[in-house]
Amino acid sequence: MTRFVLSRLISAIPTLFLVSLAVFTLIRLIPGDPVSLMLGDNIDDTAYEAMSHQLGLDRPIPVQFLLWLQGVFQGDLGRSITTGQPVLPLVLQRFAITAQLVLVAVGLATLLAVPLGMLAAWRQNSAFDLGVVVGATALMSIPTFWMGLMLLLFFGLQLGWLPVLGYVSPFEDFGAGALYLIMPVAALVLHECGILVRMARASTLDVLRLDYVTHARAKGLTEGQVLRRHVFRNAFGPTWTLLGLILGNLLGGVAVVETVFTIPGLGRLIVESIYGRDYPVLQGCLLFVAVTYVVVNLIVDLCYPLFDPRVKTT
Amino acid sequence: MNLGRTNKYLGGLLIAFFLLSALLGWLWTPYDPLALDLRARLAPPGAGHWLGTDEYGRDVMSRLMAAARTSVTISALTVGFAVTFGIVLGSVAGYARGWVDRLVMLFTDTLLAFPSILLALALLSILGANIWGVILALGLAYMPTVTRVVRGAVMSLREQEFIEASRLMGHPVGYTLRAHVIPNCLAPVIVIATSMFGSVLLTESALSFLGLGVPPPAPTWGNMLAGARPYMAQAHWLGIFPGLCIALTLLGINLFGDYVRDRFDPRMKGL
Repeated sequence: MTRFVLSRLISAIPTLFLVSLAVFTLIRLIPGDPVSLMLGDNIDDTAYEAMSHQLGLDRPIPVQFLLWLQGVFQGDLGRSITTGQPVLPLVLQRFAITAQLVLVAVGLATLLAVPLGMLAAWRQNSAFDLGVVVGATALMSIPTFWMGLMLLLFFGLQLGWLPVLGYVSPFEDFGAGALYLIMPVAALVLHECGILVRMARASTLDVLRLDYVTHARAKGLTEGQVLRRHVFRNAFGPTWTLLGLILGNLLGGVAVVETVFTIPGLGRLIVESIYGRDYPVLQGCLLFVAVTYVVVNLIVDLCYPLFDPRVKTT
Repeated sequence: MNLGRTNKYLGGLLIAFFLLSALLGWLWTPYDPLALDLRARLAPPGAGHWLGTDEYGRDVMSRLMAAARTSVTISALTVGFAVTFGIVLGSVAGYARGWVDRLVMLFTDTLLAFPSILLALALLSILGANIWGVILALGLAYMPTVTRVVRGAVMSLREQEFIEASRLMGHPVGYTLRAHVIPNCLAPVIVIATSMFGSVLLTESALSFLGLGVPPPAPTWGNMLAGARPYMAQAHWLGIFPGLCIALTLLGINLFGDYVRDRFDPRMKGL
């Protein structure tokens, strides 16, 4: 087991290195000169040179990359051009907000979608199955930002049940925070549920056809036992992988949902840094999100043997 | 009850409806989608303007039709770009193996380590927010998926007898790839390309919604929704119709995609 974990961890190192190289390159390719951007209108040659020396931009590109990487390892992602704040704490603070939204939403979506998908597959071609498939395909086709707007329109503006704009941290005031989170979470849950239900149903159908399920039934297990003990474990794999991808994608900033509900999350930070040409912030965000994506998928891989013993751990 | 048939006809119908609106939007719209009419600001749907007007008095229906054209063009060109270059890279990597393969896959896997919308965002800030920038950014973000699938298919194909026969007959590599390898790995590509269409449309709308896609005043469904946000209380139709267009088009593509998958990938039938 230790060897399995170690080898997976080691195999992620080259990916992480390439990802950081890609982020560094992408930022350097953005047209525009960060030095003149920082100095604004009062450019004279000495100030320009001093600033580019201070930023290390007068060094050769490979040296710049290594220096940047060194900073990354020391937790130094530079400072924001617009506010002068250090980037890492800023990213972490925004990420915490996005993470609570996304983790709650994906958790709820999984708890809803997996049983629904399995039941639909178990009763394939019944009216229930048809309803689930049609519902899931419809939900999957509704973009989260439109779902969010419609929830806002109906529950916020027409009925006035829920607060329309703003954000309160549930750690400061749980009741109010939860109220503000209901609609964004609902928008995400409905969309992701559609995708997950279809996957759970498809992989359950695949497993239900196998001989060992017939055997389990033949030896007299109840349908509940067959589904829980034999089908679930084998059918959960593809859904689990998809879950990792969804989680990684959403943690990378649900910028659209955050925009609809004016939540100050990581996605908003990325969009703002693009608008404001705040390269250090954008660079830090990109690196953070890409690393999160790789790490989430790594964790998903590492969890595989927990429910599917066929994944060899040696 | 036959879901397969519903998928095909309902999906096809929805897609056809939006393709035709896009095509019609090219030739004729009820009003000029960019013309301001300040006397008719925020007019509700009615006789003069079937789907109402926006905060500048522009006709929503004309704008939706013009936006359909933009969305269809962007999605088609993006998917075309991703599929073409994905096939080229994937088949070369899978067929040549060795260092070419390692190099291509290194590039591909690095791109795959980013969530695609984020990669598109980063590329957009390099390429600039205009229609070609959007197409190139999305195309590059979606290409790696195609590359991976094609490479996998080519790797298993190249060991088969008929490919070996083509090699032994002395055909140049390019010919063998074009005439024998690529046609035989098109089925999974068609399946991916169909669902990719929906995904690209969704991402493009999301980018426009964030104000980072095709710049205004050119209408897209995404930037129309973004523009509707401040007026939701007075003019709910501004928020309803563009979203409905996105959702129905996506539904059409998803339904049709299920049909295409059943058709080309019989193992997945009924799933």
